[in-house]
Amino acid sequence: MHTTLTLLHDGRADQIEVADLARPAISAEALKETLGWELKPEGLCRDFMCISVDQDELVGEDGLDLRVLADALQRPLVSDGKHAVASLGASHHDRGEALASLDAPDFTLPDLDGNLHSLSDHRGKKVLLVAYASW
Amino acid sequence: MADLYGMINVPTILWIDEEGRIARPNDVAFGSNDFKEMTGIDSEAHLERLRAWVRGEGPAMTPAETRAAQTLPTAAEQEARAEFTLAWWLSQQGHTEDAEPHYVRAGELAPHDFTIRRGSMPIRGLDPMGDDFMKIVTEWSEAGNAFYRPIETPA
Repeated sequence: MHTTLTLLHDGRADQIEVADLARPAISAEALKETLGWELKPEGLCRDFMCISVDQDELVGEDGLDLRVLADALQRPLVSDGKHAVASLGASHHDRGEALASLDAPDFTLPDLDGNLHSLSDHRGKKVLLVAYASW
Repeated sequence: MADLYGMINVPTILWIDEEGRIARPNDVAFGSNDFKEMTGIDSEAHLERLRAWVRGEGPAMTPAETRAAQTLPTAAEQEARAEFTLAWWLSQQGHTEDAEPHYVRAGELAPHDFTIRRGSMPIRGLDPMGDDFMKIVTEWSEAGNAFYRPIETPA
């Protein structure tokens, strides 16, 4: 019998079927659909990059162990079993590498009228980015 | 935004040049001196530097200076953000009590991250402008920590 786990990641909330909430495992198809990674003989691969992973540890009878997967991707995974929800954070390595490159990460946010604006819309102009809060 | 840019408090400002490159990393700067008495930060020094850069009359920081002034995210900070995301989702679903330990854990993992500790206050029924906020700031300050940590600008 499977249970639906809500996986929060990359600003999304995906529903995935898991056999055991205490040790969630996802199918190879779900891995590709939700996170964009594929398991190949050389490891976990996305685009032109592959990460070495202990496949004996990763692959079980219920699928790919989500905790082993998160460790391999250096992404924090925290969960709440009562509500069948887990949050897969961004890797500090990936975030740090992106910031250290000095290429400003692109983002899109709505204005007060709901119109979307991206940082990249302002390429060719100097930008002062101000994060503030009214709490 | 906080996750993408490693922001831990507000205000946080960055300069981004015409090519989309970070020309001044996360820094603390105000648009006016309204809060100077409280923060001890004079807005004018940054504004002068900013005006000069925009007009092409003054430099940004060099890439090496920018890199040296960056504080990159840690594993604990990213775990705190994952806990915060989980807590926020639980709150939005109406599971207020079950969200609370995740907010607390996020704050324990990154006690210096006020986008989490202060940012979570309204949804937790705490006052982000009043006594609840002052309590955590006082504890933080009395432990020898600065609430605002502006970068040191090269001469």
